[in-house]
Amino acid sequence: MTRSNFTRRGLLRTGAATGAGLALPTIFTGSAWSAAHSGYTNAPEGGTVTLGFNVPQTGAYADEGADELRAFQLAVEHLNGEGDGGMLQTFSEKNLDGTGILGKKVEFVTGDTATNTDTARSSARSMIEKDGVIMISGGSSSGVAVGVQALCQEAGLIFMAGLTHSNDTTGKDRRANGFRHFFNTEMSGRALAPILEANYGKDRKAYHLTADYTWGWSQEKSMRTYTEAMGWETVNTVLTPVGAGDFSSYITPVAQSGADVLILNHYGGDMVNSLTQAVQFGLKDMQANGKDFTIVVPLYSELMARGAGANIKGIFGSQNWDWKLENEKGDRYKGTNAFVQSFGTKYGFPPSQAAQTCYVQALLYADAVTRGKSFNPCSVAEALEGFEFDGMGNGPTLYRADDHQCFKDVVVVKGKEEPENEFDLVEIVDITPRDTATYPVDHPDFQGGSLGTCNPGA
Amino acid sequence: MLGLTKRDTALFAIVVAMVVFAPFILNPFPAASPMAQFNAGYPDLMQRFLIFGIFAIGFNILFGLTGYLSFGHAAFLGTGSYAGVWMFKLLSMNVLPAIVIAVVVAGLFSVLIGYISLRRSGIYFSILTLAFAQMSYALAYSVLTPITNGETGLQLSLNDPRILDGAAAADGSLPVPNFFGIEMRSSTELYFGGWEFTLNAGYYLCAVFMIAAFYVSIRIFRSPFGMMLRAVKSNQQRMNYTGLNSRPYTLAAFVISGMFAGLAGGLLVAMDPLAGAERMQWTRSGEVVLMTILGGMGTLIGPVLGAGLIKYLENILSKINDSILHQWFSLFPDGLSDFLVFIVHPFIGKGWNLTLGLVFMLVVIFLPGGLVQGGQKIAALFRRRKPDQPVSVKHPAE
Repeated sequence: MTRSNFTRRGLLRTGAATGAGLALPTIFTGSAWSAAHSGYTNAPEGGTVTLGFNVPQTGAYADEGADELRAFQLAVEHLNGEGDGGMLQTFSEKNLDGTGILGKKVEFVTGDTATNTDTARSSARSMIEKDGVIMISGGSSSGVAVGVQALCQEAGLIFMAGLTHSNDTTGKDRRANGFRHFFNTEMSGRALAPILEANYGKDRKAYHLTADYTWGWSQEKSMRTYTEAMGWETVNTVLTPVGAGDFSSYITPVAQSGADVLILNHYGGDMVNSLTQAVQFGLKDMQANGKDFTIVVPLYSELMARGAGANIKGIFGSQNWDWKLENEKGDRYKGTNAFVQSFGTKYGFPPSQAAQTCYVQALLYADAVTRGKSFNPCSVAEALEGFEFDGMGNGPTLYRADDHQCFKDVVVVKGKEEPENEFDLVEIVDITPRDTATYPVDHPDFQGGSLGTCNPGA
Repeated sequence: MLGLTKRDTALFAIVVAMVVFAPFILNPFPAASPMAQFNAGYPDLMQRFLIFGIFAIGFNILFGLTGYLSFGHAAFLGTGSYAGVWMFKLLSMNVLPAIVIAVVVAGLFSVLIGYISLRRSGIYFSILTLAFAQMSYALAYSVLTPITNGETGLQLSLNDPRILDGAAAADGSLPVPNFFGIEMRSSTELYFGGWEFTLNAGYYLCAVFMIAAFYVSIRIFRSPFGMMLRAVKSNQQRMNYTGLNSRPYTLAAFVISGMFAGLAGGLLVAMDPLAGAERMQWTRSGEVVLMTILGGMGTLIGPVLGAGLIKYLENILSKINDSILHQWFSLFPDGLSDFLVFIVHPFIGKGWNLTLGLVFMLVVIFLPGGLVQGGQKIAALFRRRKPDQPVSVKHPAE
């Protein structure tokens, strides 16, 4: 049964066959990216256009992902002229008339990123190759956003980042085809520092627990920069794995560390767990260095507040947007109520900031296509760069051309001491105006990358 | 032909034909039809079929022949991936150095792990490999972040040195992996009526490697070396008593399968230049065990079939959502259709693992020899054997 006959002839034959095999792919090079009829990847044909919504349906950020998906579905309805139109009525541009995008009915496919860059890339690739999407949006977790953004750049699609808060998304890892509406850790730092100083003073010792990936690193760096600038001392920083579930082993040493502030650079389910455990360990009621021990959660959301329940009371953080903005802070934030209204009607509860940013991104994309009169990613990018708009709930907003980052007001919030209902968990403490939140393009935390040039694919 | 027996040559020819024509075979439904979502003929998934096929073929050389169940093979795939991306970052965007280095690094790594783990056999061996793989995962995930970039995943960036072709990124966009100028992403679309077929350069590169891997696997199965490995499986103790030292053989098998895993890892990053730590997680190691058992452990073609089935379920089933279900069942009255959606819902979308579990249980209970045994049973039916004559289920490895 064994035939090891490596003859000269056999070897030659094998060699020739292997050579032929290796040469096989060259046959196809002549007509690489044959879709020459369009000039860009996945040009929509017929009466429909497909968008890809790649969100975490499993993993530590699954709650945010579910809310993002609801927002996307709502946006698609509004673009197709169903429902009450939401922010289309308040948006400062009036190009979208409910007939889809450029007269094409909007359809969408969804994918699960599993809060994992590898899975997200694979899911995005199948959207591009199988479903022929023209734009990809979504992605809680900056790791995912950075990975998918790079993929979209390579494949020649527009990426409208959803919930991604790391500086790197529009800093070191920015791409010409990627756009971010959400704010970032630098803005969080700028917004939070004065509030923390006013409430907790200049002499504090901080202990950081940080999610071990691009967003956590970025958040920790920004918080350290701003808290140390006002005199706080950083006692220790500890990296924790994403989706750890149990943080008790990380929280136990905090009490003995000599710190009097715990800064939780966690998000989503991780933050809910770590905060809950920190409170259970009695940190919130503890005295350290003669002061009340406090906890700070730099990036906050209603969803997390809902998950953490009473533990969130009195804890400061920052938000991109809040559903009570227009009611409490006035007409500057118009669009908020329109969106909350249609979201609430459809789903029965107010939207989170993740939902708002995704909804706005979808509308902004549709508007940019309409203004540029083409689905070509380069035309869309041109329409979005330097675009100034209003009426989307955040006040006047600018898409800066240099790094594709949106600049707008930042909301500083606090866990409400006495919530009136289950959705009213967060209290708006302060608004940091856009001018204060704006940082220069050459900010050192955003260096080491460049946009490159827009890639239309095909 | 090629030093194979007639039967093996036929099997080999079938595999080659299937791989070469997969873009057509896997797209049986016209692009516009509602059945098109079951088409698997798009580059990303087809590449995965082949890459995980290679991974499973390699695993089968160890598990199928020697019976040593390694629960840490994903570690080699992961190290291969990281090595490959580093080649892209440091040397060149040509995929060849990346793939070669991926195989070499995974090989060296498996020598190290194999040398230690193979001191034990059975469950102890499995646990040792599992422990090593989890260690590698933890290292990649947090300790070695400067090398692996942790959770974010190792990615290309514009200011990588790329000694050989750094200037290629002059226009400011990231270079793409290529094979002497042929971009891995480049595809040719063919249209026949309503049908759409994508011929992708990266896929055919994987195909060459997969066919080569399959050929090597056949040769190993049929060689005296393969015989020794099978002897290890049937009775290692007796083998040792006869004065044969079996460890060099098992170590060789371990390293070979580690190198196959490295090749798979290298190909993965050649198709999509990103490496994440999750590739090393123990669930991924478990996946390749499933692939091998599902397809038919110890058979030549089984692991490839198993890999294909799992990747198909993962990619196609997980994309079916409730709105698609409602379309399917729209024929039925409202209440009934809602009920059907409710029943099917847990098995699709993110619940695809549940379906996989069911399929796995059915296969293990009714077809212990895997899909290959199923194929043999069907073939036997067509040969009109008498029902009382036992179907000759050969020992799979023979």
